[in-house]
Amino acid sequence: MPPAIETSQLVHRYGERTALAALDLSVETGEIFALLGPNGGGKTTLFRLLSTLIPIQQGSARVLGYDVAGETAEVRRRIGVVFQAPALDKKLTVDENLRHQGHLYGMSGRPLQRRSDEMLSRLRLADRRRDLVETLSGGLRRRVELAKGMLHGPRLLLLDEPSTGLDPAARSDLWDYLRQIRGEDGVTVALTTHLLEEAEKADRLAILNAGSLVALDTPDRLRASVGGDTLTIETDEAASLAAAIADRFGLPAHEVDGSVRLELPDAAQWVPRLIEALPGRIESITLGKPTLEDVFIARTGHRFFDDGP
Amino acid sequence: MTDHAATLTQADTVEAVVPRPWLAAGTLCSRELVRFVRQRNRVFGAIGQPIIFWLLFGFGLGRSFRLPAADGQSMNYLEYFFPGTLVLILLFTAIFATISIIEDRREGFLQSVLVAPLPRWSLVLGKVLGGTLIALAQGLVFLLLGLTVGLKFSVVSLTAIGLFSFLIAFALTALGFVIAWRLDSTQGFHAIMSVFLMPMWLLSGAFFPADRGGSAGAAWLAILMRANPLTYGVAGLRRLIYWDLPGAALPADLPAMSTCWLVTLGFAALTFALSWRVVGKRTTGDLL
Repeated sequence: MPPAIETSQLVHRYGERTALAALDLSVETGEIFALLGPNGGGKTTLFRLLSTLIPIQQGSARVLGYDVAGETAEVRRRIGVVFQAPALDKKLTVDENLRHQGHLYGMSGRPLQRRSDEMLSRLRLADRRRDLVETLSGGLRRRVELAKGMLHGPRLLLLDEPSTGLDPAARSDLWDYLRQIRGEDGVTVALTTHLLEEAEKADRLAILNAGSLVALDTPDRLRASVGGDTLTIETDEAASLAAAIADRFGLPAHEVDGSVRLELPDAAQWVPRLIEALPGRIESITLGKPTLEDVFIARTGHRFFDDGP
Repeated sequence: MTDHAATLTQADTVEAVVPRPWLAAGTLCSRELVRFVRQRNRVFGAIGQPIIFWLLFGFGLGRSFRLPAADGQSMNYLEYFFPGTLVLILLFTAIFATISIIEDRREGFLQSVLVAPLPRWSLVLGKVLGGTLIALAQGLVFLLLGLTVGLKFSVVSLTAIGLFSFLIAFALTALGFVIAWRLDSTQGFHAIMSVFLMPMWLLSGAFFPADRGGSAGAAWLAILMRANPLTYGVAGLRRLIYWDLPGAALPADLPAMSTCWLVTLGFAALTFALSWRVVGKRTTGDLL
């Protein structure tokens, strides 16, 4: 079976700005795959390319074995798309939204009715079906979006920042549903997110930064790749402190956006030693299990939430 | 058991996605109609202003206006202005309908249409046909109002008026679509409305006859009016609405009915082709 998504040397530019730089990526069928990255990292561009919303400029992308540029119609038949901006007609009811969506995908009559009923009951929307979308809460609207995206039974569901604007309960509902369609229906799910804790829930994830692939693996293996626990030292003079630590102890200390970071297998033992050895120069020191942010920092040399240069 | 059944339908639907462009166009068209009915203020906006224009100009200019027609057969301004007002209603409604493409884009609805497995003409056709039908319905309401000033319709004339109005509305909706497609705000549309679409209507013979270029008798004005495709829309409606009057009651060199049909049909075909063309180009501008 071909990979659900496969890109090769994919490049995309908006004028002068390069959004994707020669991206090679492969998503297996039947997994939940997260594209994690800070805003401007290129993940939404990739989403738009894969969902056929914008044309491929350079390189290639295949979705479910079909070339996105050359076999766009085949790709469109087989993918479901949930956009970040709500794509519902607010002046119409839930039912009407689904009916139009079905018609756009060539479904009609009894089969469409049956399928709508099924989607509405799976997403627990049956009692709201006659309500105008504009009267629904954000969480309910997102569920209608999911019903709409899955209506024609796609083999790949693409979601752009699906948990934006959802409260924790609605987020958890969303993930229950994504796991359900992956498990029961074998649908591949690919989503973009800028939330680290959301990417943790995926089977595998790719970290995108400045249009390039920084890392690609399961969340566990990525965290393990950092090599031990992390120490974060807050100080006024990060650069000189990092140099001092590297100099005196031969440790891999580096400055990251105004603080000093170290990844060490036996990090806990170093906490008292560093404080003793460098009196007055350390404001605070934090010991932590590696997170995806540490992975990001280890690979890019700067923090995930960067407010820009 | 139910889960198993659900999985089966799932597999069935995957293979069953066979795009039906006409069904899609129909659904987009009916969506326009439903949305229109649910936004009642649009109804008043599109039909109210032209009727007010018609009454105010009709009564206000009634005394000073005189067609260069044979004595005693000249129609009054309320009658003269009637076909032009009908076209104004078609124009306003068509324009309001296509402004919705900007809203569709901003509200995100358009995105899901753009990634559906459909040829782009079904999007254009659905949208334009929806706007056309709304315009036509409003036009017919106004026609009935014409009974109060003594207009007479036959089944044939009413059918012909309906058909001709349909063509005009279709052409104007498609024209609005071409303009609206690339705009990201309704304000931009209003600017184009006042510097392009309103003058186009003013120079269509709706307001003053084409033959003498208005009261100034300016030749360039007459040329502009001859070149304006909407002139033939207004002229055609004028001929169809006043089918029972002697030819002398109509403005002197009103274009022939056959010319009106041809030009209006060509106008509709051209604007539809243009809108098909603008949506065919996939660019990042689709996102805005």
